[in-house]
Amino acid sequence: MCLAIPGRVERIEGDKAVVDYGGIRREVDISLVDVKEGEYVIVHAGFAIQVLDEREAKETLKIFEELMENA
Amino acid sequence: MMQLRDKGMAEKILEKIRKINIPLKIMHVCGTHQDTIVKYGIDEMLKEYGIEVIEGPGCPVCVTTPSEILKAVTLAKNGHTIATFGDMVRVPAAGESLQKAKAEGGDVRIVYGIEDAVKMAKHGEVIFIGVGFETTAPSTAITLLRRPENFMVLSCHRYVPPAMDALLGMGEIKLDGIICPGHVSTIIGLKPYRPLSEKYGIPQVVAGFEPLDVLMAVYMIARQVKEGRHEVENEYIRVVKEEGNRKAMEAIEKVFEPAPIKWRGFPVIPDSKMRIREEFAEYDAERVYEDIIGGIENIPEPPGCKCGEVLRGLMHPSECPLFGKTCIPSSPVGPCMVSYEGACNIEYKYRKDVM
Repeated sequence: MCLAIPGRVERIEGDKAVVDYGGIRREVDISLVDVKEGEYVIVHAGFAIQVLDEREAKETLKIFEELMENA
Repeated sequence: MMQLRDKGMAEKILEKIRKINIPLKIMHVCGTHQDTIVKYGIDEMLKEYGIEVIEGPGCPVCVTTPSEILKAVTLAKNGHTIATFGDMVRVPAAGESLQKAKAEGGDVRIVYGIEDAVKMAKHGEVIFIGVGFETTAPSTAITLLRRPENFMVLSCHRYVPPAMDALLGMGEIKLDGIICPGHVSTIIGLKPYRPLSEKYGIPQVVAGFEPLDVLMAVYMIARQVKEGRHEVENEYIRVVKEEGNRKAMEAIEKVFEPAPIKWRGFPVIPDSKMRIREEFAEYDAERVYEDIIGGIENIPEPPGCKCGEVLRGLMHPSECPLFGKTCIPSSPVGPCMVSYEGACNIEYKYRKDVM
């Protein structure tokens, strides 16, 4: 099952990172992404598959509003 | 992410959908979308506006065939150590299952991801049953690129777009739009969907997994239908990029090649199997143990099981005569009741009290 919640990269060591999900920490393989400490990642079966675009995430509702206004 | 469960915004989107006022049949192909849809009652809300949202072949464990399950069981019964995800273990095939093989003394281990299986291989040979679409396949590919010792994969990995093509091409079901799977799209990007929109004139929207993501995707499809467009749009822009994840796609392409394979409920779908390339033959359990499992094919589906119809979007789980009676999560007849991504399991989980 796809985990919809992004986790925050706390510490990177080579291909591995410790990712924090609001207090629950997991070791994640980050070899499929280019990520920096402090950024958020989407993780699937132990591998980070994408870095969350924080700006887009914060503005999601605004983007929704805009999309509907243009209808 | 809690903002994406905002009730006021949900009402706003629903109002827009209501105003468009076109009855629609929309399919998605992702168990996590189904979980969001049923958990928050989005399907029931939309029904009032004449919009039906159904799960198609979006559960990797469910579309894996009885023949593939029996191959894994046969390897376990021949003394090989099998590692796989929890729900794979419980899928029945021809009266067998990996769980049963384990009870009879087979070495079957449940893992969270492929890395757990690689760690186990330090102590002896492990065969990992690789199940999953483009989301999961990169982890298998990266692992084989590292050429781990004592390690093999039975690849049940599959590509999603060929199955969508097959389903639309069969013409059994008339769809007005498709909600594309968020995390498959994270890997493959938007491009692979475009030929489908062209060929079948169907709108597609890539969506995230929060309730508002799904509602927004439905709105975007409704709007395309109203405006006579059939494009691939992206609602999940905070995660999905036009080009997808290139590193992950490169890993898949290096390790796997497209091959024909049957999906449960479907005939053989061309180019939909991720077959391990010749270059990695020593890691391919199908090649290495061909003498043991090579002849296992055309194993029938369980008697009375309607998973095939559910996976093709022709039947709602509650319409299956076995649903909630002889088929429940603790004694499932078919994989759609086993897997957390299966439509029957999700329906039972959230609606058993109102049945």
